[in-house]
Amino acid sequence: MISSLINALPGSVAQGLIWGILAIGVYITFKVLDYADLTVDGSIATGGAVAVMCILNGTNPYIALLLAFGAGMLAGLVTGIFHTVFGIPTILSGILTQLGLYSINMRILGKSNQAISVDEFALNVSLRYIPESCINTGIFCLVIILLLYWFFGTELGAAVRATGCNERMAKAQGINTSAQKVLGLVLSNGLVGVSGALYAQYQGSADVNMGRGAIVIGLAAVIIGDVIFGKMFRNFALRMVASVIGAIIYFIAIAIVLQLGFSTNDLKLFSALIVAIFLAIPYLKSKNVRKILKKKMEKIRKRLNRRKGEKANA
Amino acid sequence: MLKIEKVFKTFNPGTINEKKALTGVELTLNEGDFVTVIGGNGAGKSTILNMIAGVYPVDAGKIWIDDVEVTDLPEHKRAKYLGRVFQDPMTGTAGDMNIEENLAIAARRGKKRFLGWGITNKEKENYKEQLKMLDLGLEERMTAKVGLLSGGQRQALTLLMASLKKPKLLLLDEHTAALDPKTAKKVLDLTEEIVARDHLTTLMITHNMKDAIRLGNRLIMMHEGKVIYDVSGEEKKNLKVADLLAKFEEVSGGEFANDRMILS
Repeated sequence: MISSLINALPGSVAQGLIWGILAIGVYITFKVLDYADLTVDGSIATGGAVAVMCILNGTNPYIALLLAFGAGMLAGLVTGIFHTVFGIPTILSGILTQLGLYSINMRILGKSNQAISVDEFALNVSLRYIPESCINTGIFCLVIILLLYWFFGTELGAAVRATGCNERMAKAQGINTSAQKVLGLVLSNGLVGVSGALYAQYQGSADVNMGRGAIVIGLAAVIIGDVIFGKMFRNFALRMVASVIGAIIYFIAIAIVLQLGFSTNDLKLFSALIVAIFLAIPYLKSKNVRKILKKKMEKIRKRLNRRKGEKANA
Repeated sequence: MLKIEKVFKTFNPGTINEKKALTGVELTLNEGDFVTVIGGNGAGKSTILNMIAGVYPVDAGKIWIDDVEVTDLPEHKRAKYLGRVFQDPMTGTAGDMNIEENLAIAARRGKKRFLGWGITNKEKENYKEQLKMLDLGLEERMTAKVGLLSGGQRQALTLLMASLKKPKLLLLDEHTAALDPKTAKKVLDLTEEIVARDHLTTLMITHNMKDAIRLGNRLIMMHEGKVIYDVSGEEKKNLKVADLLAKFEEVSGGEFANDRMILS
């Protein structure tokens, strides 16, 4: 079993890196903007669909990635407009876009699943060439992280961060917080689109359902990265690296679960549980548990002291 | 400088929680005025500041800053004229960002933000000097997250941020109310220093009547959404807390002077 797990490892890393790009996108909305954006489930499939259809029609795969980026950005723009212009609550705005995108993705693909063969096209990544896929995706991750590191150090990037951190402060300092939110959503979903484009190429097909639960995987990656590396990685770029590593850890965990003999149908349940556990850890760590433990310890200590006193008196 | 013309604001109109916060308030500030604002709970003090800043739209009336009518401008566009410090020390700064980043954001108030560096080395030097003036040792902690600072330190930093790019009008909304007396005094001293140094036109809400009398060149009292008392110059200098209390009682039939005011 161990050996088959080791055999599965490179594949997990490749998938982790691909979903790591999505995780970076989720990091922008969830951590930087403090916005729970559920557009992701739709925009990842949109990215996959756009890339696969473009490549099938003879577009260079790199250009196809850019187009997937653009398509994702449009999805983010729609969510942003729903929220900022029409006042739809954050979570609902993403859900609406996600739902609408299902129909759009069907239109793009023409049917629910569109296969693409690595033998016919020079794809960026494929599960038939896992080491090369890891290297390619690793480079993409690196470039994206460096670009974002630069961006969030600019005046505009700082405005996005301030908006996510303290909206009242941002407004008082003349920042148009609505515009910053839209910008963050656009960037984030653009990256999610790229992630979808790579994922579709990797598995050899784009599927309208490929995004189901994607946000949970993205959140899992961000949160795993945060819980494990949060203390170590203070730097903004490293925090994004942590999200990518979080995605890799997630896929390794999934590989282990599969090796234990569970079916792929059980994976969603495990994803949900993993996210729930990692979301709970920081909460429990910071709040009740420590206090409750402290109180209990104090009680025990008092009791012990009292007993000691009684003994001494006796 | 600032002109407020018959501004009305009612919160939750037509409901059981209806609250007439401003009932045709009129106020004109002259260049360089340092005005302290007092009044009981619900008198409309904070509301008038929020109206000037554009936090909520007015129901009726007009507001000018200098010769610009700002009545319909959104909050972020008015920010270019205004420096603001809030009652809650958490409100004025971004806790997850460090001290110099907060200052850099404040330094760009009213400017278009593009892809230039969020902060330059030259700026950092300048901020270091400015922070020294606060005398809190913050100049040694420029890269510390603001969330790690105490309430008083955050308030002092917010004050510096409000004045970093000289505002046409400084709005202080009970900015020392959440601090312990010693820290409150320190922040108030800083306020005086900065206002005097930059000749800022200032509107300061306070619950402390002694401060209201001691600071500034003009004092206004609000009640039920209107300015009911407006003194300046010699008359203000000679005011006593007892005079203000008497005034309060006169307009409110005695209920007005709650313990918080008497004690302060």
